[in-house]
Amino acid sequence: MSDLDRGNVRLAPEKSPDLTTGGGGTPVVPPPARRRARKGIGWPARLEIALMTGPTLLVFLSFVILPVAMAAYYGFFSWQGYGPAEEFIGFRNYLFIFKDGTFIDALRHNGVIVVLSLLLQGPAAILLALLLNRRMRGQTLIRVLVFVPYVIAEVVVGIGWSLMLHGDGFVNSILADLGLAWLQNDWLSDPQIAIWTLMGILTWKYIGFAVILFLAGLQGIPEELTEAAAIDGASYWQIQRRITLPLLGPTIRIWAFLSMIGALQLFDLVYIIWGQYIAATAGTSTMATYMVANGRNAGEYGYGNAVAVVLFFISLVAALIYQRFILRRDTAGAITGGKN
Amino acid sequence: MTATAVIGRRAPRARRRPAWGNPSVYFVALLLIATMLAPVVYIIVGGFRTNAQITTDPAGWPNPWRFENYLDVLTGGTFWRQVLNSTIVGVATTAAVVTLGLMTSFILARYRFWGREAMYSLFAAGLMFPLTVAITPLYILIKNLGLMNTLPGVILPQIGFAIPMTIIILVPFVRAIPDEIQEAASIDGCSRLGFFWRMVLPLSKPGVITVGILTFIQSWNSYLLPLFILNREETFTLPLGVQAFASQYSVDTAKVLAFTSLSMIPALLFFSLFQRRIVGGLTGAVKG
Repeated sequence: MSDLDRGNVRLAPEKSPDLTTGGGGTPVVPPPARRRARKGIGWPARLEIALMTGPTLLVFLSFVILPVAMAAYYGFFSWQGYGPAEEFIGFRNYLFIFKDGTFIDALRHNGVIVVLSLLLQGPAAILLALLLNRRMRGQTLIRVLVFVPYVIAEVVVGIGWSLMLHGDGFVNSILADLGLAWLQNDWLSDPQIAIWTLMGILTWKYIGFAVILFLAGLQGIPEELTEAAAIDGASYWQIQRRITLPLLGPTIRIWAFLSMIGALQLFDLVYIIWGQYIAATAGTSTMATYMVANGRNAGEYGYGNAVAVVLFFISLVAALIYQRFILRRDTAGAITGGKN
Repeated sequence: MTATAVIGRRAPRARRRPAWGNPSVYFVALLLIATMLAPVVYIIVGGFRTNAQITTDPAGWPNPWRFENYLDVLTGGTFWRQVLNSTIVGVATTAAVVTLGLMTSFILARYRFWGREAMYSLFAAGLMFPLTVAITPLYILIKNLGLMNTLPGVILPQIGFAIPMTIIILVPFVRAIPDEIQEAASIDGCSRLGFFWRMVLPLSKPGVITVGILTFIQSWNSYLLPLFILNREETFTLPLGVQAFASQYSVDTAKVLAFTSLSMIPALLFFSLFQRRIVGGLTGAVKG
């Protein structure tokens, strides 16, 4: 723009004086002394921005945002998936969803899974993380092994567990060998038990993730604090209760958020182990398995889209409520990249 | 603090060797590991048994050890074709996600322009659009694009859905590169894009590796999307293949176990090679 500006082109990167590192929040690195406040940016920079974000935006908009918009549109139609959607039926799909007892059941199962995931995995994972955070030999190996189930594909987990759990499979046989034959059960199809079986498998599969997150959070807690407390005579459990847990709070809250969303969207394991028909009778069906069974598998794509929209809004409302009341402190400014 | 924390965390690791602690800690840890590994061991060992052995004693040890199941799977073409498909999908998805994600993160972290915050929020909001919700319309979209039963039909949506997490992890990494480095580079005559190539790329390597591993493992294990898009057996990825195999040979439990355990080897191998990166990267992600 000006001589000064042109003179600076080589000297200072055009962008750096303008950088607000915190992105709206407080700058992480104090910006270097501003040479001059710039209003706009040059054409080369604009070209760079377009070239380097364009492809990403294109893929993201066409394969993430557009399908969600399409779901909202097709949800108002009775449509079998071929030809143009012509039979507009307003909100009838939605009315049908909430009148369908099968969906209400699935919704209830999702609720149970969300709550039980938090109650079962949370405390267990915190205890395990505390345990694995103690100085011990083989720490790295143990951490890796705890994470193994998380890395294994849902399909493998599903097939492995269903072979182990079926009537005369590994689990019942082990119980017999241990003299615990009275504990033998029809683990997968008894509606009283199936949901607990599912919770057991979910806990086994996903607790490693929680443990790793918590371990990461624990590493961020300065040792000086616990050492000081120990010098002041606090016991191990007092230290964990009064110092570690509160400081681990943000990590726990983020994990709980991820866990909640994951539980609301749960599909793979249920569909693989129980399949679309048995899941409903065994009491493990979820909104997502209901969506696939009554949408694509039934050839009712309009209806499937409506279920997707309902599933999305339920997740969204849950997420917003959670963020509003619980995560707010932790994520203040996170959307703009600010750090706490 | 994210990226700096991750980078800086390595230092205190090189402390003195920990002493042997409380034995009960080891006992609980051992119990935990046994629980975590038992099903995996069951699948692997079960593949070495015969169906007769499995039926008579479901919880027994192979006696004698039989290698036919594994050999059958390894010498058949099905398994390798699915490995190839999964590899193509995984590598293509990972390469594209890392490339696109890093370029976009660089712009979002280092450029100041109108709409930057909106763009970041848009990507961040993408976290709220899980694949499960979009799967039905995605299937229609892919069908309209003529990509049904093709690997790109799986790769493209996977890239889209991996982008938000990638950007959330990488932006702090790029942002944590001190401005002084950029200024120094620019004094030495380095353009903005040169700075990207010479400084940003190497300095954000830990973040890139983490994102890459997570994307690859996720792609390797992904089930729902291939289930909708790939209906022809020659295009199956491993998860679909494993399930098809399990229902096709449902009476041949031993062979199913062999097939299943072979299919999890690549992800386990990949994970054990890079586990430190994953754990380190999640540290960054959760703090971000």
